[in-house]
Amino acid sequence: METLAVLVVFLPLLGAILSSVLDHRSSQAVTCGLMALAAIFASILFVKVGLQEKTLLIPLFTWIHVEFFEVSWGLQVDSLSLVMMAVLTLISFLVHVYSVGYMKGDRSIPRFMAYLSLFTFFMLTLVTAPNFLQMFFGWEGVGLCSYLLIGYWYDRESANAAAMKAFLVNRVGDIGFVLGVLTIFVLFGTVDFLSVFELVEDYKDETFTFFGGHYHALTLATLFFFVGAMGKSAQIGLHTWLPDAMEAPTPVSALIHAATMVTAGVFLVVRISPLLEYAPLAREFITLIGAVTALMAATIACVQNDIKRIIAYSTCSQLGYMFMAAGLSGYSASMLHLTTHAFFKALLFLSAGSVIHAMSDEYNIQKMGGIWKYVPLTYVLMWIGSLALAGIPFFSGFYSKDMILEVDWVSNLPVGKVAFVFGISAAVLTAFYAWRLLLLTFQGAPRADEAVMSHIHESPLIMLIPLMVLGAGSLFSGYVLYDLFVGESTSFWGTALFVLPENEVIGAAHHVETWVKWSPILATLVGIGLAYYLYVFAKSWPERLSIAFSTVYTFLLRKWCFDEIYDWIFVRPSLKLAKVLWKEGDQKMIDGLGPNGVAALSVAGGRLLCRFQTGYVYHYAFAMIIGLVLMIGCYFWL
Amino acid sequence: MGGAYLPDLTLVLPEGILVVTAFLILMTGVFRKSTNPQVQQRFGHVALSGLIVALGALIFYHHPAERWISFEGQLLQDDFVYLGKILILSGSAAVVGISLASMLKEHLLSFEYCALILLATVGMLLMVGANDFLSLFMGLEIQSLSLYVLVALKRDQTIASEAALKYFVLGALATCFYLYGASLMYGFSGSTNFEAIATIIRMESAGNFPLSLFMSLIFIMASFSFKISAVPFHMWTPDVYQGSPTPITAFIAATPKIAAMLVFLRLMLEPFMTLYDEWQSLVAFLSLFSMVLGAFAALRQTDLKRLLAYSAIGQMGYMLLGVVAGTDEGIQAVLIYLTLYLVMIIGTFACLLCLRGKGSYGVQNIEDLAGISTLHPKVSFALAIFMFSLAGIPPLGGFFAKLYIFKAALSAGFFGLAIAGALASVVAAYYYLKIVKVMYFDDAPKVPSASYGQIVVLPLKMALILNACALVTLLFFVFPNPILEIVQRAAFTFSG
Repeated sequence: METLAVLVVFLPLLGAILSSVLDHRSSQAVTCGLMALAAIFASILFVKVGLQEKTLLIPLFTWIHVEFFEVSWGLQVDSLSLVMMAVLTLISFLVHVYSVGYMKGDRSIPRFMAYLSLFTFFMLTLVTAPNFLQMFFGWEGVGLCSYLLIGYWYDRESANAAAMKAFLVNRVGDIGFVLGVLTIFVLFGTVDFLSVFELVEDYKDETFTFFGGHYHALTLATLFFFVGAMGKSAQIGLHTWLPDAMEAPTPVSALIHAATMVTAGVFLVVRISPLLEYAPLAREFITLIGAVTALMAATIACVQNDIKRIIAYSTCSQLGYMFMAAGLSGYSASMLHLTTHAFFKALLFLSAGSVIHAMSDEYNIQKMGGIWKYVPLTYVLMWIGSLALAGIPFFSGFYSKDMILEVDWVSNLPVGKVAFVFGISAAVLTAFYAWRLLLLTFQGAPRADEAVMSHIHESPLIMLIPLMVLGAGSLFSGYVLYDLFVGESTSFWGTALFVLPENEVIGAAHHVETWVKWSPILATLVGIGLAYYLYVFAKSWPERLSIAFSTVYTFLLRKWCFDEIYDWIFVRPSLKLAKVLWKEGDQKMIDGLGPNGVAALSVAGGRLLCRFQTGYVYHYAFAMIIGLVLMIGCYFWL
Repeated sequence: MGGAYLPDLTLVLPEGILVVTAFLILMTGVFRKSTNPQVQQRFGHVALSGLIVALGALIFYHHPAERWISFEGQLLQDDFVYLGKILILSGSAAVVGISLASMLKEHLLSFEYCALILLATVGMLLMVGANDFLSLFMGLEIQSLSLYVLVALKRDQTIASEAALKYFVLGALATCFYLYGASLMYGFSGSTNFEAIATIIRMESAGNFPLSLFMSLIFIMASFSFKISAVPFHMWTPDVYQGSPTPITAFIAATPKIAAMLVFLRLMLEPFMTLYDEWQSLVAFLSLFSMVLGAFAALRQTDLKRLLAYSAIGQMGYMLLGVVAGTDEGIQAVLIYLTLYLVMIIGTFACLLCLRGKGSYGVQNIEDLAGISTLHPKVSFALAIFMFSLAGIPPLGGFFAKLYIFKAALSAGFFGLAIAGALASVVAAYYYLKIVKVMYFDDAPKVPSASYGQIVVLPLKMALILNACALVTLLFFVFPNPILEIVQRAAFTFSG
């Protein structure tokens, strides 16, 4: 089993390395083959280790050893990381296969496959890390791959800008993560998960003192980590990079920006559950941020026209749901939603990719419409994805989203009820934008021009098969995993999750009032109905509404003006400052006085010395005599 | 020791061979009166063979680890002198080897050139072998007079005549310094023999040395500072380097510098060692000024030989830094530096000599090298190696030469000087690298000037020497032992 675990993590790395030296056919074959192996091994591990409720701790080698401080490289395979590993390798494999079809004709396929595999390796390192530092390695690694893949089409200026934006915004979060690790180290003297989690009860009342104020150490640490999670998982404030990241090729959006990397933040929060349990303030903050993000992103998604951006905001919103649950101690509900979301969101993205592929690289849903009969399979799969996203009963999203909303309702934290209201409102909007997307894309009269319409075709089988697998996942994963993850008598999580008895919510969530159980479904139906009304029966209404409420509409269309505000507060002043430092500081001061100044001085000195070289022999003789006299003088003086 | 009347002549066998060869060439030349280039070239080969035979004789008759004195204590040979003579003989031979083709092209090759080179070499051998102020003077003058004439060899050219005259006048002044210093020394000690003087000075109590002794020290130092062109006695160097025909410049730049530096080292470490505290600050200043001037004054030079003249001034400054240290380590560093400097400078001049413009011109200016890397990749690469090495870039020989010097200076406690030297070498790197940059990155001129290095004339002899120099520079860091061993033995002469 140990060998299997090591193989799962390192096979993708092998694929990435091999791919970088192979041509495009063999690189596709090698990376897909190795990912398939990794996925199979991960499933075996899930059954043999996860379902047996065992935990593997595999030390590989010592990474850092400085006096008392020792960090080992290793793998911690418990139920939490196993869920991630299984989902990750499966979806990564499907995306690898899908990419073979989608990226056909691209110039640098081996590079693309190598990045995808490398990403998978880093993500696996992240989820199997037994300590904060190795986790940070994976954390930075996935950030790097995300950057590389967003900027994959490096000849597009917008792709480069988006890649840089993603990197810079994530940097803010990463600082949070680093501060979190440092806080942990200062507090516990170690960064190993197991040691820290064992010690946590003894340190629950520790405080730090800064500038006269006392701060609860664990709250501080968990908040720092949460800042990191906000960056990676695109929560309000640090979410602005995610929509722009849609510049990446669509398979990347599906794998990294929907199913896996963005959920790393959720995973982190769940991983540190033993710390969070003693930091109620941090949990309230997390819940609030999650709730606000869920609603905000949903509102924006309702008015966007770019098919991938709509799904991106939807991702943002769904991540908000996961944080809501995690903040209220419903870690397992959060993990359930993470898993189902991975399936249906990857499905939606890849289907959208299929649509884009069919429509000759058209992204604007206002220019689509009426294409369902040309791409029937994609249409059906998109329906499945949307039904799962909206939470229609018996589709996967239904189980997880209901669970989250029930957790919100029963939580003993006051912020729970707020989260419930936000969640229900967001559910209405979710259904609305999902059906708006469906209706505008597939139904009604075609709005694309003749040339595009004549080219519409169903995607090749190599793209459709992964879609069907994901479709099956979106259909059944909720039903299959519900009892295992959040069932009343489940012991699946073992020690991987920790919930204080007084914070226990999952059990209570099964026994809520009936109206609470029904309200999400009702909300969804309202959203779907609204979408049908506006885009099928009263087609002139959307435009009239947008004119009548033009302020609100513009505000939403501009994505709550986050980009504009950041531009005004951060980007412009720092550009201005950088310009001053560059022109005045570096060019004039440092270069001027430093290298260039010294160089100019040297040349001037050279010129001066050459002036003594007059060419007259008596000057030369004079110099010699003077030299002699000086030497004699030197003797008397010294 | 030889017999009662006849001194041990094997000591001067190399000198004897050279003198005989020189006179043979002179006599034949005078009576043949031929201007046929073939005949002239044969003279060159005779001179070259003379030098090589002399080198063979030197090596064959050397007594290792022994102080071999002859001619009533006038001349000696120990490991230090032996190293010096090897450097001088092989250096002269190499210079003749790289010069012949170029001399022929410029119609300068004559029996006089060959004879004068040999006589100058004899002078240098006598200089380094001297154990007495009188024999030293004799060697010095044989060498100097030959060089004055060599510089004036192109007598129809004003710049050459001017250079020769300047060299002669200033050289005479330096000789005056020397004679004044030596006579003061005789007045003080009653002897001209180095060993005797050393003993007498040692008997004086420290801090109570008479004035005449100092005057003598300073005058002699000044005269040799002229020979090694240390600042402020360097003024002749750029003019003479530039004015002389390039093959003669190569000769002046190579062996006389070696001879003068070796004598300077011997004088400072043997007769004047007791006065170390007195002379070290003076040498330190000479070293400092030379390093700095060599670095800065060369920055704006456009003439290649002038640039190399300042480069030589700077390099001499670094060697003086090793002399200042005065330790065994310092002496070794100076000797290593000297050896590698000889190799690098001969290699550099070999590159310059084989590059020729159209007609009878050799390369003159830095621009004459613009873009030659595409025309002559091998020669450019070799020249680049020598430039990098002179600039002191690892892992080439020149870097280790500087490294040993700085190490010696640091362990002797001369931190300021070592730092100044390192900074000066940074500045100096500019002009060495500039040559590389011009060769590799500048475009060849549309209309090449007469001296633009279009043609490469590289006979086998020259190619061998050039390659040997390049290999030594390149591979010193891999196989430093042959040089290190002989240098250690030479340095042991003083400490042991």
